Amino acid sequence: MSSSVPEQVDLPGPPRGSGGRPAASREVSGRPPWMLVLPAVVGLAFLVLPLAGLLIRAPWSTLPQRLAEPQVLEALRLSLVCATVATAVCLLLGVPLAWLLARVSFPGRRLVRALVTVPLVLPPVVGGVALLLVLGRRGLVGQWLEATFGVTLPFTTMGVIVAEAFVAMPFLVISVEGALRGADQRFEEAAATLGASRWTVFRRVTLPLIMPGVAAGAVLCWARALGEFGATITFAGNFPGTTRTMPLAVYLALETDPEAAIVLSLVLLAVSVIILASLRDRWANTP
Amino acid sequence: MFRRLSRWAIALPVALALAGLSGCGSGRPATSSASAPASAAGGAEEVTVFAAASLTGTFTELGKTFEAAHPGTTVKFNFGSSATLAQQITQGAPADVFAAASPATMKTVTDASLAGSPTTFVRNKLQIALPKDNPAKVDELKDLADPKVKVALCAEQVPCGAAAVKALDAAGLKITPVTLEQDVKATLTKVELGEVDAALVYTTDVIASGGKVTGIAFPEADQAINDYPIATLAKAPAGDLARQFVDLVLSPQGRDVLTKAGFEAP
Repeated sequence: MSSSVPEQVDLPGPPRGSGGRPAASREVSGRPPWMLVLPAVVGLAFLVLPLAGLLIRAPWSTLPQRLAEPQVLEALRLSLVCATVATAVCLLLGVPLAWLLARVSFPGRRLVRALVTVPLVLPPVVGGVALLLVLGRRGLVGQWLEATFGVTLPFTTMGVIVAEAFVAMPFLVISVEGALRGADQRFEEAAATLGASRWTVFRRVTLPLIMPGVAAGAVLCWARALGEFGATITFAGNFPGTTRTMPLAVYLALETDPEAAIVLSLVLLAVSVIILASLRDRWANTP
Repeated sequence: MFRRLSRWAIALPVALALAGLSGCGSGRPATSSASAPASAAGGAEEVTVFAAASLTGTFTELGKTFEAAHPGTTVKFNFGSSATLAQQITQGAPADVFAAASPATMKTVTDASLAGSPTTFVRNKLQIALPKDNPAKVDELKDLADPKVKVALCAEQVPCGAAAVKALDAAGLKITPVTLEQDVKATLTKVELGEVDAALVYTTDVIASGGKVTGIAFPEADQAINDYPIATLAKAPAGDLARQFVDLVLSPQGRDVLTKAGFEAP
């Protein structure tokens, strides 16, 4: 963004034609510097090569009959439903939390912000144990839930959703808070001077402004929930049809039949890539 | 925000890592000049043992005994599910000794001619594990068939799950568990936390829990005894030391440690 860069660094191709339409094209003209391109290519290879490994080792000849197994579809359906509901829960709770962190100053805000990222740092299995200690049958809150409503979360599909939401929410909160801090607050101030209440400002001005950030956060959150393993198996257990999501099925298949594990991983990958790619075009709308 | 965030994200793991390191580092004596050339010669002073998760306590103890008997030697352990370990070995992980919780997992390694002939060194039997207060009033195996009793079993794909299926078949019982756990320790944890009313785990796990769960032996467990084979690996980087470690496990001293933990002699 800063115009002083070309003067300090000897770039191979300084921008010609004095920045014509900055809004239309965000790309910087000129040959990209190899100091950036080289690590970028290595980084891409690092991310993509394991996928290539899966594709090379996949048992293509037996693929159709392996996919036809009812257990695969069952696990896939469960994965998609749970990840989607978990994302919805994260949106409902996470967007307001991000707003609070970005727009309201209160004592201990820095601490709260750090606490929000705890599920990121925590090994997921530990997160699952922590959830059991709070929401389990003998947990602080779980005990009360069972006594009052007769609800127990572990070993239920609800439990899977809880575990996934716990692990995935920070991704949403962090991206939405980033979007809120980057958004131009003058629009909100203008709306407020025109008499809009804080709620109306949030709904009619802030939310549309930060929509790309919310969408990006939701996508991250969904992807993380879809791949969730540790917290799910620890908190919700593993039973076909109720709590065995694709990552759990992959892990168990790995114990006896690595080829089946590869097939399941590919299915999960293909489905998530298709969904994310189509959403990105229609919804997130970022080039 | 990200800068402040990343400061936290970095500081916490670093602090934890330092705490862990200081614990490991304090016990190591300064390397004497005599042993320094040997370790520099190619790291032959290290034995890497891949062992089933259920051997964690006993093998750690035997590792300390081995290190005391061979000054300057370190025993490194990789504990985990036998199937995962077997896979790591067939994919080329540098291990000297493999101790598995089932002959089947050992077979995948010997089939790839990566290990010498395995020896069965212990056997393990299933027990019913119950939370201390036994909320579902379970007394014997057939109580687990009651639909009101929440039962955790290991998944059939792992040795403890295969053994559970065998034992239940022998008893002619049909059980619908609430969960099929990925390893025996996870199954035990569910009982320890009181999330399930009963589970089938190994006798050794009941003992290792240190009184947090109650164990009940049942006769059908005899139909589902798990043999634990041990073998040195063909490409063992530590060579002789690997054999010596296996000898220690098979010795009366090793047997003593293992039986105290609840394993049975083969």
